[in-house]
Amino acid sequence: MKRFAQLFNQLDQTTKTLKKVEYLVAYLREASDKDKLWTIAILSHRRPKRTVKTSLMRVWASELAQVPLWLFEESYHVVGDLAETIALVLPPPSQQHTKTLTEWIDIIKSLDKQEEDYKKKVVLEAWSGLDYNERFVFNKLITGGFRIGVSQKLIMRAVAQYEEQEESAMAHRLMGNWTPDTISYEELIRSENPLDDISRPYPFYLAYAVESETSQLGDVSEWQLERKWDGIRGQVIVRDNEIFVWSRGEELVTDKFPEYHPLAELLPNGTVLDGEILPFEDGMPLSFNILQTRIGRKNLTKKILQSAPIVLMCYDLLEYNGEDIRSQPLVDRRKLLEQLLEAHPTNGICLLSERVDVNDWKEAAKERAKSRSLLSEGLMIKRLDSEYKIGRKKGDWWKWKVDPLTIDAVMLYAQSGHGRRANLFTDYTFAVWDGDQLVPFTKAYSGLTDKEFNQITAWVRKNTKEKFGPVRSVNPELVFEIAFEGINESKRHKSGISLRFPRMLRWRKDKPVKEANTLADLKKMLDLYG
Amino acid sequence: MQTTRTNDLLRFTEKGIYCEKAGIYIDPWRPVDKALITHGHADHSRWGHKSYLATESAAPVIKYRLGNIKIQTIAYGKSININGVEFSFHPAGHIIGSAQIRASYKGDTWVASGDFKLEDDGISEAFEPVKCNTFITESTFGLPIYDWKPQQEIFDDINQWWRSNAAEGKVTFITGYSLGKAQRILNGLDTSIGKIYTHGAVENINEVIRNQGIKLPETTRVSQEIPVKDYTSNLVLAPPGAINSAWMKKFKPLSIGIASGWMALRGARRRRAAERGFVLSDHVDWKDLNTAIKETEAERVIVTHGYTKIYTEYLKEQGLDAEAAQTEFTGESLDGEATESNEESKSPTT
Ligand SMILES: [Zn+2]
Repeated sequence: MKRFAQLFNQLDQTTKTLKKVEYLVAYLREASDKDKLWTIAILSHRRPKRTVKTSLMRVWASELAQVPLWLFEESYHVVGDLAETIALVLPPPSQQHTKTLTEWIDIIKSLDKQEEDYKKKVVLEAWSGLDYNERFVFNKLITGGFRIGVSQKLIMRAVAQYEEQEESAMAHRLMGNWTPDTISYEELIRSENPLDDISRPYPFYLAYAVESETSQLGDVSEWQLERKWDGIRGQVIVRDNEIFVWSRGEELVTDKFPEYHPLAELLPNGTVLDGEILPFEDGMPLSFNILQTRIGRKNLTKKILQSAPIVLMCYDLLEYNGEDIRSQPLVDRRKLLEQLLEAHPTNGICLLSERVDVNDWKEAAKERAKSRSLLSEGLMIKRLDSEYKIGRKKGDWWKWKVDPLTIDAVMLYAQSGHGRRANLFTDYTFAVWDGDQLVPFTKAYSGLTDKEFNQITAWVRKNTKEKFGPVRSVNPELVFEIAFEGINESKRHKSGISLRFPRMLRWRKDKPVKEANTLADLKKMLDLYG
Repeated sequence: MQTTRTNDLLRFTEKGIYCEKAGIYIDPWRPVDKALITHGHADHSRWGHKSYLATESAAPVIKYRLGNIKIQTIAYGKSININGVEFSFHPAGHIIGSAQIRASYKGDTWVASGDFKLEDDGISEAFEPVKCNTFITESTFGLPIYDWKPQQEIFDDINQWWRSNAAEGKVTFITGYSLGKAQRILNGLDTSIGKIYTHGAVENINEVIRNQGIKLPETTRVSQEIPVKDYTSNLVLAPPGAINSAWMKKFKPLSIGIASGWMALRGARRRRAAERGFVLSDHVDWKDLNTAIKETEAERVIVTHGYTKIYTEYLKEQGLDAEAAQTEFTGESLDGEATESNEESKSPTT
């Protein structure tokens, strides 16, 4: 466990990819196969089942630390991470445990369905013999959420380097439905036949945003242009008469989209499609908001399905007749995709993502300008002879998004942030004019520099009107340009609208409060783009 | 929010902590006639007062920072009577010259502690508990998540890190406030590892402190005349604001470390993208804060900055008469802007 905690700390303290890979490889060299497998699992978000309620851990930690529970909760609010808060408040260890990562995980798993008193005994015993870093990791194993900036790609690179194998082969092996309970390291990484798992998806190929003028991409005829749709990127797999749906977050979401289930019959076995899970009705995409109404629901009632209809907007074909065709050029894969969908009608479940044909980049720009009215996010630009790569790669695939919508708004409330920013006011509520009233319409908390946050914090301290818990109302004097990706009607908000991905674009020190935008301006945007 | 009671010897006003009977302010944040200053950090000693009173060892830095001011000094523990109120300054252990200011009138004793810490850092005059009826305290790190290790352990970590950087031919780049933290780090460095270079803002303060007869390890001011290769395997000590500045760019390859109490939090370490965060603070941690308050035997506590609301609640639960006061003190800010404002802007551009 000490070694794993050390690895965690190393990965956490550097932002350099090369260093991270180096640390991971060094760790793989030293760890047992069991610990290796669990480490890969944990870093790819396959943590053991939660066997201890976090509410209990909070109570035990505050007892041990001899602080009232409310004070523990306040501390948690400042730290922003439960596992870390617990590790910080616990008294120093009184002994030293030497168990391995796998042994600790087995202990955590064994707590399932045990009496609360027993769980408490085991957890307290664990805490009493772990140092700060180990405690943090131990708590994380229970609470989940190892966010340390280690991507799937990075793990794959480290494992490939350690195993002296091709990265792409490793990437494919690491995907899919496995957990350390169902497979050994040997089977996962080194067995002859990794495709035994019929649900195993291919790694997604992701595009970078266009960096400069599109004209620098060369002749437009070398590229395939498509609309970029605003849904959930997904992969649909039909093998052995079964269907599996994966989201880009590498989550198996088959159950969430029953509309796709007939594809198990309609499409031939050995088919893997890359597409967009897209809310769609009457020949038109619907707003992403509609899709959101059904994500996260346990019970997908008929009513919900009817109010949020979806299609699969097909972009690409990765497996055809059971054969991995990712290394074939896009233009050939596209042909096969068209043939497949034509030969196997899907009653409108699958739609082919239309090509946007243009003669030059000027025409392309015109097409891009239509995006918002088509409820599209912009254009995708893919090189005709590109293979289907792994992860985010530059060069062959680009996304050319429409510019965000913007509005100038007045700060009304400020709230302090988390962690290091606990002493800074970083979360703001903004308003626009409705006559001579300011109507709040959105919150935003990112987009400014640390320096600006510092300045604004000092300003907030001096311009506070009232305090409500952590929130302060301030004199309406500061104007910010707010950027956002979409706008929707909302009954929950006083303003009647809600924004998608609002963030601060800049602090308009030049703008008098009176010249901020109005609710009528927002309503106009809602009519145009909502 | 703060309740000002009619008979209070010290009151919180728009301008600062005010003693009406004596006609003086403690650490005022708006210009006043007579200011008693706890220590030289920018949020406690501000510009524009007609006269200043500080300890003998705090005065040189205050003069250096504020320029042409009228300042009188007083020895620790010595009383002076202003309009019948007895004032005295007692070591706060925060930085060189830092003081808690005691005010007493007809048996009612108040202590305004400014910023303080209990650990004897070997360079600041060590904290002394002062008994009082009302204690005015900071709470910069007033939560149970802050639990400092003895400074020697931190210095060992820093020196170990410097040693391994030196072995790899890297420049060790460490930041801490120019006033206080920088000299404390200097004192903890193992000078056998290599040479110590300083940012101008740090060196200016070092000069002031050396001039008042306090010994510091030998340092060299970074300048354009020094060939870049000279920095290899050596250490550069700079204020927090120097991180990612153009000034920093010339040191390469380098490893960056930050010394600050905020480094206790993972979020803070990650955001700054420093390779190493050293948890070293000139403010009290949770345990020492509670100890300090107990030792004053005060029945009333006023919390001026930090986690004021939360900490006040906690004190109330402990049976104390506690309240939060609104001030413009900032305590330790990770970016060093509030506490150091003018040194930062005076920093050389080379
Ligand atoms: Zn200070």
